[in-house]
Amino acid sequence: MDTYVPILALGLIAAAFAIFSVVIGSLTGPKRYNRAKLDSYECGIEPTPQPVGGGRFPVKYYLTAMLFIVFDIEIVFLYPWAVAFDALGWFGLAEMVLFVLTVLVAYAYVWRRGGLDWD
Amino acid sequence: MPSILAASTAAASNTAPFTAPHVEWGKLSPMLIVLGAATMGVLVEAFAPRAARYRLQVGLTLLALAAAFAAVIALHDTPTSVAAAGAVAVDKTTLFFQGTILAISFIAVLVIAERRTEGGQDAFAAQGGSVPGSQQEREAVRAGWLTTEVYPLVLFSIGGMLLFPAANDLLTMFVALEVLSLPLYLVCGLARHRRLLSQEAALKYFLLGAFSSAFFLYGAALLYGYAGSVQLSNSDPHNPGIAQAVAAHAHGPALLYTGIALLGMGLLFKVGAAPFHMWTPDVYEGAPTPITGFMSAATKIAAFGALVRVLDVGLAGSVDVWRPVIEIVAILTMVVGGILALTQRNVKRMLAYSAILNAGYIIMALVSTGHDALASLLFFLPTYGIALVGSFAVVTLVRDAGGVEATDLSRWAGLGKSAPIPATLMSIFLLAFAGIPFTSIFVGKFAVFQAALAAGAPQLVIVAVLASAVAAFFYLRVIVVMFFSDPMPDGPTIANPSIAVKTALAVSALVTVAMGVAPAALLHLSNAAAVLAR
Repeated sequence: MDTYVPILALGLIAAAFAIFSVVIGSLTGPKRYNRAKLDSYECGIEPTPQPVGGGRFPVKYYLTAMLFIVFDIEIVFLYPWAVAFDALGWFGLAEMVLFVLTVLVAYAYVWRRGGLDWD
Repeated sequence: MPSILAASTAAASNTAPFTAPHVEWGKLSPMLIVLGAATMGVLVEAFAPRAARYRLQVGLTLLALAAAFAAVIALHDTPTSVAAAGAVAVDKTTLFFQGTILAISFIAVLVIAERRTEGGQDAFAAQGGSVPGSQQEREAVRAGWLTTEVYPLVLFSIGGMLLFPAANDLLTMFVALEVLSLPLYLVCGLARHRRLLSQEAALKYFLLGAFSSAFFLYGAALLYGYAGSVQLSNSDPHNPGIAQAVAAHAHGPALLYTGIALLGMGLLFKVGAAPFHMWTPDVYEGAPTPITGFMSAATKIAAFGALVRVLDVGLAGSVDVWRPVIEIVAILTMVVGGILALTQRNVKRMLAYSAILNAGYIIMALVSTGHDALASLLFFLPTYGIALVGSFAVVTLVRDAGGVEATDLSRWAGLGKSAPIPATLMSIFLLAFAGIPFTSIFVGKFAVFQAALAAGAPQLVIVAVLASAVAAFFYLRVIVVMFFSDPMPDGPTIANPSIAVKTALAVSALVTVAMGVAPAALLHLSNAAAVLAR
């Protein structure tokens, strides 16, 4: 049971920080009215009023999100390799180059097809 | 802070030095060739000029499939072993499945690449991203654009199919499942005509497929909880796999039973067995017909390969647990497929339900983990697959005005008079599906029924024979409509296909007849190939 005490402590610290931030913000912060502040945050898309059937919005958002995930995953694999690359030796380097090259192929496709142009 | 540092250095000094795993590149070469060519295909899409892409892609695809097939042939004498640190089993069964998938994919790609039937256009949307019926779509069609991404996508899918029956651990199998499925979801939505129907099919396939993948993954996690390993089999006593854990009755059976059930649902979805068959008719109807032919044959072969490996290698020790379920699934699949096919008026949907029915026959061969049952399954799959590719190739030829395929059965009236050759070819495939003697599937069915009888499941054989009788009715009805009714005044036109499609059709029909008249060679091969790395 003792091993779980740090997790519990972390949870308590996190909760305390959240409560502290909200309370201190409401006590000390300036209060100037702005309509936009009461909106929900939706990455630039108008969340309300909802058009019939959900409306349409540019597919570019999805494209950007997908590209982000591709690079995100690449980084997830690069980090542990970077930490241990001397131990992994040539095998690790070769595997990593293979992996990065295949991601690069996808990147080249997206670039040539205009996936990186916003307009 | 100092204590943390001390702990981390202590941990670093405790870890054993890293030894690179041994990867047998040669044994993996069929998969590496196909996946490498698929990656090349993406580069072709990125850098080759638009006008050159079609030729480059088709050439690259066919070359890669031929090279991978040659690699399979070159490997045929490899002793049964595991490769890539136990992730991939290289045995006769794997090589048989890989060779079959490659050969059938080659024929299917000949049909997929067809442009002549529609004046320079293929079966795929000019621009997949354009809204159906929009100005953008019309401009893309007028410019003669082609979605040549189809070829790398198909190659990626084939790469996954090659790995699926070879995977010796459940995580590798899951990766293969996703690699084979994701490109298929995409190409299913790319039909040139009836685009909304095609996109609907793709969405249904994707949602249900993602759902079944989740089932598979959960099952794999539970089996890992049971066995402490994701490997299906590992002869190393320090590192036992699932098969060894099952044999030793490692833990309580609850995890094992739930794991088998969830894993089975994921795999039975892919083979289109009832009650997980719901996606089949909609997807087969909506997808571009050449793709329907490809995926109905190749995916099914790959999925049965994976099912064989999971049941016969990983879970052979608990055959008493899953055998009754497999028997019920087989009966249900045959009944659902046979009865619902009777009511279909659309040729593609009829073939979809016939695919469900045939999946039921093949599942019969799974009730036994013995050699003969596996050999009968190995004989059935290629003969059935090639007839399926051929029959969908005929469907691509029958066109209404505007180039839309005439898939309604009533439109096929009198086809035997207006277009005797396609009608005759279709009849050969349908007679084979019906299991008429002197066709390949008759021999396959006979072998499967015999295996089920030997395994002590006569009830399955009774249902299968009854289902075959029902099936003969709806197969023969198409032949009767084609040959014994008068052509419609505004009947469909028959496209004159290129030499590639003619070759594909001729090879499919020839193999279907030849394997029925002289099945000895393939029977011998499938008998010799029924060896699994356990």
